Amino acid sequence: MDLSSINPVLLLASLMVAATPILLAAIGELVVERAGVLNLGVEGMMITGAVCGFVVAVGTGSPWLGFIGAAAGGAFLALLFGILTQYLLSNQVATGLALTLFGLGLSALIGQGYIGIKAPSFPDWHIPLLGDIPVIGPIVFQHDPMVYVGLILVAATWWFLHKTQSGLVLRAVGENHDAAHALGYKVTRIRILAIMFGGACAGLGGAYLSLVRVPQWTEGMTAGAGWIALAIVVFAGWKPWRLLLGAYLFGGMTVLQLNLQAAGLAIPVEYLSMSPYLATIVVLVIMSSGRAPGSLGRIFHASR
Amino acid sequence: MITLEKRAGPSKVWAFATPLLAVALTMIVGGILFAVLGKDPFETIRTIFLDPLFSEFAWFYRPQLLIKGAPLVLIAIGLSFGFRAGVWNIGAEGQYIMGAICGAAVGLALYPMESRLIFPLMVLAGAFGGWAWAMVPGILRVKFGTNEILVSLMLVYVAEQMLASMALGAMRNPEGMGFPGSRNLAQYPSAANLELIKDSGMHWGIVAALIAVIFAYVTLSRHIFGFQVRLTGQSPRAAKFASVNPARMILICLGISGALAGMAGLFEVAGPAGQISIDFNVGYGFTAIIVAFLGRLHPIGILLAGGLMALTYIGGEIAQSNLGLPGAAIQLLQGMLLFFLLAVDVLTNYRIKFGKGGTV
Amino acid sequence: MTLKTLLAGATLALGFASGAFADAHQTKVGFVYVGPVGDGGWTYEHNQARLAVEAEFGDAVETVFVESVPEGPDAERVMSQMALGGADLIFTTSFGYMDPTINVAAKFPDVKFEHATGFKRADNVSTYSARFYEGRAVQGHIAGQMTTSNVIGYIGSFPIPEVVRGINAAYIHAKAVNPDVEFKIVWAYTWFDPAKEAEAASVLIEQGADVILQHTDSTAPQAAAQSAGNVVTFGQASDMAEFGPFPRVSSIIDNWAPYYIARTRAVMDGTWTSTDTWDGIGAGMVGIGEISSAVPAEIKASAEALRDSLADGSYHAFTGPVNKQDGSAWLADGETADDGTLAGMNFYVEGITGDVPQ
Repeated sequence: MDLSSINPVLLLASLMVAATPILLAAIGELVVERAGVLNLGVEGMMITGAVCGFVVAVGTGSPWLGFIGAAAGGAFLALLFGILTQYLLSNQVATGLALTLFGLGLSALIGQGYIGIKAPSFPDWHIPLLGDIPVIGPIVFQHDPMVYVGLILVAATWWFLHKTQSGLVLRAVGENHDAAHALGYKVTRIRILAIMFGGACAGLGGAYLSLVRVPQWTEGMTAGAGWIALAIVVFAGWKPWRLLLGAYLFGGMTVLQLNLQAAGLAIPVEYLSMSPYLATIVVLVIMSSGRAPGSLGRIFHASR
Repeated sequence: MITLEKRAGPSKVWAFATPLLAVALTMIVGGILFAVLGKDPFETIRTIFLDPLFSEFAWFYRPQLLIKGAPLVLIAIGLSFGFRAGVWNIGAEGQYIMGAICGAAVGLALYPMESRLIFPLMVLAGAFGGWAWAMVPGILRVKFGTNEILVSLMLVYVAEQMLASMALGAMRNPEGMGFPGSRNLAQYPSAANLELIKDSGMHWGIVAALIAVIFAYVTLSRHIFGFQVRLTGQSPRAAKFASVNPARMILICLGISGALAGMAGLFEVAGPAGQISIDFNVGYGFTAIIVAFLGRLHPIGILLAGGLMALTYIGGEIAQSNLGLPGAAIQLLQGMLLFFLLAVDVLTNYRIKFGKGGTV
Repeated sequence: MTLKTLLAGATLALGFASGAFADAHQTKVGFVYVGPVGDGGWTYEHNQARLAVEAEFGDAVETVFVESVPEGPDAERVMSQMALGGADLIFTTSFGYMDPTINVAAKFPDVKFEHATGFKRADNVSTYSARFYEGRAVQGHIAGQMTTSNVIGYIGSFPIPEVVRGINAAYIHAKAVNPDVEFKIVWAYTWFDPAKEAEAASVLIEQGADVILQHTDSTAPQAAAQSAGNVVTFGQASDMAEFGPFPRVSSIIDNWAPYYIARTRAVMDGTWTSTDTWDGIGAGMVGIGEISSAVPAEIKASAEALRDSLADGSYHAFTGPVNKQDGSAWLADGETADDGTLAGMNFYVEGITGDVPQ
């Protein structure tokens, strides 16, 4: 075993990249859940975003347009979920699971002609000055732009939820939809918007895989990232900053276990592979979990 | 302006009519989809929904429906208790895997001894494995208030790694030329979960699923525990006044679902699948969640929903091989079917009113 | 059943011809796939070979396939259904289909089965596999000379004999040209998770590897190498030429088409018999993708010479002297490995550090 071959600076830098797709999907889901809606279809929206982003980026040659397409694709799928759960009052858990099935099928059909094609490249930013700072520079300031988009979204979500009137309304809707309704807020409309935002973010997360991380389209390529994103929202206790921590912890454990394997640590590989999940459970038990939004998962029907 | 008005009680008529309506809508939209994909819509719909039941080879497909549907029903019945009481076990897939591992471990440890007691012992071990795996989120929830959705889900991934480790290591077939995977239990008479009547597809797992349906029906409609479950789900405060112990409720609900999922895993590994392999689990634990909700958490409903899901799987395979339909189109159709079933359910509980005035 | 008759009547009335009236002389070939045809790797290549069969025989052959079939009872059902549907020959393309194939074959003695990568045969069941390790030998030969850090990273899926064999073949040939070479091996413990493959590749690069060999099918490691800038990779399963000429300098290509065409023809001629086929570069089952201009000419020439000697059988990729990892003798000088040991290989050769996970 040679632990000295693990470079902590590079480990931290790659952790930020590894965490980005789940962070993007999770921040969207966090807003959805703060509005009182549980959408378990993140995996389906991510994979749809992955294929939409890829198709648009290949078609236009622009990864940025690809990301916009991915957000649109994810939001469209989320809208289906929104119509079902908000207007037709269907059960959110079952609808979310159905959405995943639907998204996996839809993405595979859309992507049929796009196998074995390379996405247009999306270069890293080497931010001037900041990127040249020793240690901190390579860890934080030499990534591709979507890493920063993810961070900005976390900050913006925190600001929106806690510093704006609209954020307060959204949280009120999530805590007690009947009271919010009695105060005259449009519960259903607010939730539809939150659901679409969640879909757009999940789409971005999926497209990060198909346009930056892999970058290629293959069926089922999200391989369960959407479920991890869901877990991280609960882990974070529905707080944006803790979401960042959760995503980095999970991404960090994954990167670390691979590092330990490559360094030849004599722990059986299967236990190392389990470690990110076990660590998530352990940390969750130690840190008392936040309280879920009061109306989470409950059906809202205005009964006048 | 269209508004919805809540019915005093669920409509009996619509409760029966909505599933038919949903299937009809799926056939129409699915037919359009198939036409777009360049397939004959009528033939495709017939292949998926009717061929497994009434075609020339239906004698082969009907037993297959039982084999495919039984684990779904068995797991979904277990989940329905918790879902009614607001206990969210979404890690049945992990409990299914652990049940299979524990049950198979007993059988493999006793190989090649022959005894009538081996199979019952394996069933117990399977149920225990699933139960124990479900107790982890249960105890964490009761002791530390940890969210059971997250823990049960994380444990699915842990169980998958455990499965791979077993297939590659401890349980690897010593006569398997170094390849991963255990001995085939279906070829070990004392441990095999074989067909009870030749060519009927009937194995112990199907018997267990039917018993579970009856057991759940009786418990929910006649027994005090069923009443407590329903009360906890509808109003946790009222349940407290009725002296329902919430911690006990959580542990019992998770325990039942874990044990049934574990048994489903054992019946599968000892019968249709035959062996512990890296890819033993195929998502029954997740699909069963959908089945539970499609059946409206009612035992009979779950039985029918399990059958319908099995039908689309088998019909979908026939359509793939006979008509060259892509597998993805089948997934899309299944998703659509679920959407429509969930969407039209609104008619059961609400009345649609046309007219002005509304606050939706 | 009236509804069925009605629908069937409607179908006929509308004039849609169905497959039921297919030409009696047409040979029907079925394919059972473990993944989606769009996986870009293992299943994708099997499906390309299916298309090659169609192109070769035209209307004389009809092919059918079902994708993403889980191993176990689902596989048994799909195979039975193909046999009932009149298939004459069925290719089952995953190791986990072994017992299902044998079970179904016993029920349909007139249907021929071809099971990929297994070891159980019957009168109507053949097995076939590819000697991918020959391609690994060529990769190792190039990799050992391309590395400047002397660290070669290897991404494995699961520690099964197929993967272990590949690691050993690559190591032996890298070591032969570069005695200082060291292998760092990372197991992904999944068949398919592109994000994890990307992370595994980044980790290996960070730990000093400047050549990445992958036994997983996505292009994620290629992309990681490309952004690192100075890391060499090889295509896996398909050519991955879109990442050439650098970082991808060559590749191992699964090419099942010649075998599938030959076996289909044997069924049509009535000459099909149960066999065990293990073909390599020579028979064209393992393709070596073009060695790119990023490889110096003399290395390219020697790699091609190695490839040709493996192809014509004058050289075996496992030729002694080779010791096992623990130093015990395995192959004496000039001795070549027997297929039985290779098929079940679950040990490393001398010089590789770490254990095969068990």
